[in-house]
Amino acid sequence: MSVLIYTEINKGRVKKASLESVNYGAKVAELLGTEAIAIVNNADAAQLEEIGKAGAKTILSLKNEKIGSDSMLISAAVEQAAKAHNAQVIIFAFDITGKAVAPRLSARLKAGLVAGAVDYPTVNGNALEVKKNVFSGKATAIYSIGSATKIIALLPNSFPVKSGDNQAKIIDWSADLDAIKPRIIVKEQKSNATGGMVPLPEAELVVSAGRGLKGPENWGIVEDLATALNATTACSRPVADMHWRPHHEHVGQTGVAIRPNLYIAIGISGAIQHLAGVNGSKTIVVINNDKEAPFFKSADYGIVGDAFSIVPKLTEAIKKFKANQN
Amino acid sequence: MKILVAISNVPDTTTKIQFSDGDTKFNSAGVTYVINPYDEWYALVRALELKEANLAEKVTIIHVGLADSEATIRKGLALGADDAVRIDGEGPDAFFVAAQIASYASANGYDMVLVGKETINYNGSSVGGMIAGLMDLPYVSLATKLDVSGNKATIEHDMDGGTQVVECELPMVVSCAKGMAEQRIPNMRGIMAARTKPLAVVAATPTEALTGIVSYSLNAGRTTCKMIDESSIDELVNLLHTEAKVI
Repeated sequence: MSVLIYTEINKGRVKKASLESVNYGAKVAELLGTEAIAIVNNADAAQLEEIGKAGAKTILSLKNEKIGSDSMLISAAVEQAAKAHNAQVIIFAFDITGKAVAPRLSARLKAGLVAGAVDYPTVNGNALEVKKNVFSGKATAIYSIGSATKIIALLPNSFPVKSGDNQAKIIDWSADLDAIKPRIIVKEQKSNATGGMVPLPEAELVVSAGRGLKGPENWGIVEDLATALNATTACSRPVADMHWRPHHEHVGQTGVAIRPNLYIAIGISGAIQHLAGVNGSKTIVVINNDKEAPFFKSADYGIVGDAFSIVPKLTEAIKKFKANQN
Repeated sequence: MKILVAISNVPDTTTKIQFSDGDTKFNSAGVTYVINPYDEWYALVRALELKEANLAEKVTIIHVGLADSEATIRKGLALGADDAVRIDGEGPDAFFVAAQIASYASANGYDMVLVGKETINYNGSSVGGMIAGLMDLPYVSLATKLDVSGNKATIEHDMDGGTQVVECELPMVVSCAKGMAEQRIPNMRGIMAARTKPLAVVAATPTEALTGIVSYSLNAGRTTCKMIDESSIDELVNLLHTEAKVI
C-alpha cells in the first residue's frame, strides 16, 4: 500500500503546489500507516532532494521526453505507478495539470476524486472524508470517498510548504507509454510576461487594482507597492477586458481564483463575481474612495480615500517597515 | 461535425446559499437557476459560432438532471442549439454526470464534447476530464480559443505561467474558459423556436457512486472590517505584521 503524489518541475524548479502536495501526501501516508511515494518526470538531483525534504520516502524518477504536458500521457504514467505500488490514495495539486489529469485518472481507475481539498482527510471506516470549498467559496462541503482507490486534488496555498531533513530513496522508473500515440500536438508555447514576479496562483502577497485607477498609465503606483512588498500584481475583470492589463492578471470568477495570505484591492468595488475569485485570501485590505463600496463588507482592513494619495504612502510605510526589519 | 455541449443547471451567482435537512442538502427554495455561466457563455456560444461559420452541422445540448431543469435547457435551445437531451437522473458526484454524458456521446457519434471550465456550485473542474477518460479521448482543459478545420481542432489554452497552442484530431473533449466567446442574450425568435425544438429524455445508465457529500457548512464571512484613517498608514502596516501576520 502507498500514497502516491504527483509532482512536477516547471521553469527549472519543483512547483510550489507540488511541494505542498508532498507535505500533504506525507501526512496522509502517516494517517494511513503507509508510505509516501512521489512521482516526477525530468527532475535533477537537487530537485529530487527538495521533493525528499518535503516528505516523500521514495521518489519514482522518470526521464521521459514524450510525456510533456499531455494529460493523457501523464495520466497513463501515474496509473502505471499507482498499480505497481498499490496506491490507495493518489494526490495531485488542484492546479492546471491536476485539473486535466486527476479527473481522467479518476474515471480510468474508478477512483473517487475530491477536486480542490482544503484540509487533511479523516478516516471513517474504509472511506476518507475531505473538505472542499463549494458555491465559489461561499460554503464548504465534506466529501466522503468510498471507492477502493481515492484521489485528492489539493487546492494550492492551503498549507505553507514545510521542508525537513528527510532523504528519499530514488528509484529510476520508466513508464511503458509506447502503445499510446500522442494525439495533442503542441504548436506554440507563450510565456506570460510577469517581470520576474511569482505567478499569481502561487503568490502569497497580491496587489490588485480596478477601474478606480482610471487608466493603464496609472499602474505605476500599484507596481511600486507590489515591488516594495515583493508581491504579484493582479486586476479586476473590467480592467482586463479594457486591455489596461494583461488577461492573465485577471482575478475573479471568470479569471484566476487565488487565495494568497494578503490581498490588497485598490479601486475595486467588490462585485460578487470578483469576491468569488479572492474570498479565500487569508487577509484582505480594501482601499476605495467610496465608503459604501461592497468590498469593505468582505475585508479585514479598509481605508476610505483617494488611491493616488494612499497607495504611495502605503508603499513608503512598507519600505520603512522592511528597512527596520533588517 | 457534430458538437455535444454539456450544460449544468446552477443557482445564479447572487444566490444566498442555504442548506436544509441538517446541513446535508442544498436548499433550493426560492433559488433562481441558470445555465452554468462557463457552459453557456463559452462552450455553447462557441459551438453555435462554429455552426454559423458552417464548421459544424449540429449542436446538441446535453444535461444530466431531473425534469425541473427543463427551463434551463430551453434557454440553451433559445440561444440556438438544434436539439437537446436530458439524461433523467440525479447522481451523487461528477463521475455520475460524466458517465452519463460519455455513454450518450459514444452511442451517438459526436466529434467534439464541450464543457465549461467548472460549475459555479461545485467548482470541481472534473466532468470534462472524466468524460475524456471514459471515452479514451484527448482532453484540452481551460481553452480560451477554439477553431476547427475539417477533422482538426486548433486550441489555445492556459498553462502554468503562459499559454499553449495545440492541434488535435477529432474526436476530443474541451473545457472552455473566458476568451472563447462572448455572452449572448436569446432573442424573441429564438425563444419562440425553442418551444418546439426536440428535447429528448433518456433514462440514466446505472453508475457506481465514487464519492458523496456528507454535510455542508457556510463559510463564515468577514464580520468586521477595521477601518484605518489615511493619516495612520503605519498602523495598517503594523496590524498586517502583528495581528494578521501576513508580512
